[in-house]
Amino acid sequence: MNIVWKLFITFLKIGLLSIGGGYAIIPLIQEQVVGQNNWISGKMFTDIITISQMTPGPLAVNTSTFVGLQVGGITGALAATTGCIFCGIIISLTLYKFFQTHQKSAYVLEVLNGLKSASLGLIISAASTIILLALYGSQSKIDFFSLNWIALLIFLTMLFLLRKWKLNPIVIIFISGIAGFVFYR
Amino acid sequence: MLKKNLKMYVWLLATNLFISAFTFGGGYIVVPMVRRFFVAKKHYFIEEDLVNMAAVAQSTPGAIAINLSALAGYKTAGIAGASISCIAAVIPPLVILTAVSACYKIFISNTIIVAVLKGMEAGVAALMVDLIIDMCSLILKKKSLFLSAMIPLSFIANFILGINVALILLFCCLLCIFQVLWKRRNIK
Repeated sequence: MNIVWKLFITFLKIGLLSIGGGYAIIPLIQEQVVGQNNWISGKMFTDIITISQMTPGPLAVNTSTFVGLQVGGITGALAATTGCIFCGIIISLTLYKFFQTHQKSAYVLEVLNGLKSASLGLIISAASTIILLALYGSQSKIDFFSLNWIALLIFLTMLFLLRKWKLNPIVIIFISGIAGFVFYR
Repeated sequence: MLKKNLKMYVWLLATNLFISAFTFGGGYIVVPMVRRFFVAKKHYFIEEDLVNMAAVAQSTPGAIAINLSALAGYKTAGIAGASISCIAAVIPPLVILTAVSACYKIFISNTIIVAVLKGMEAGVAALMVDLIIDMCSLILKKKSLFLSAMIPLSFIANFILGINVALILLFCCLLCIFQVLWKRRNIK
């Protein structure tokens, strides 16, 4: 089978099976690209995850782009990325349209309301991971002494700026990046 | 009319390119970004719509950031808007990773890049907390014990118990349907 086509199909599968996004899908991608297809080595996969976290964009898109590039060049990257996002976009749009046209149904309304609450809980869960990572790094020990005070200071300052003046998110990312450059270098 | 549409398409393209280029720290960060540009600045839709979109983007397969961009684009300018938004959302990671992959070993070990990113992590955490406070108050305002309780329950199920996201969302849908059935039975 043509490698570009194979990349597309593999990442189509990954995209379809990844609900909730983020770190939950890492094992799934690993199983497909390292285990089944042997496209890249385990070490390289770890590197890809690191890079995906360091560069902007969704983890799944970044990983598919990187794997696609390594395996099939630019065309491979395009095929993998398209495959990865295709199902999600189609299903999201269909579901959103369905919710909009059936707004008057009590079932649809309640399910949508329930999903809103549940996904907020999931967002809080993802945020907790991000906060722990920011304040404690990747270490597993979480106590008073291993707390990164600089990170806590940046975190609280940014939160204050946001609550007080509703600053633009991009401005916040910029300021905290500069703060990181000043304090951690 | 055509000129107005064209202007909107260009705005969608530019805004999504911009948002995507700054999506550090996972897909959820797109929610406050979309809120800033689509809701607060341009008033293309309201906060309630955004919460609906976030719920749909979250409950469907694929990257949340891309799904949300597609939905925001769709709400603003129909299918054309959705297509433009998706393409714009994918371009920055494609370009950046193509550039980085050529010399990724140097990139990972560069101390300045690592320091800047470490700082950004704290900023992203603050953005998430800010968003959560606003979204929580939106749901608590409805004064429904059922919907309010769902927030901590799904958090515990995912963060502490480590239950799969798809299972949590499925269980939530079933609970909601049973709740409506129960209410109807009581009325009769």
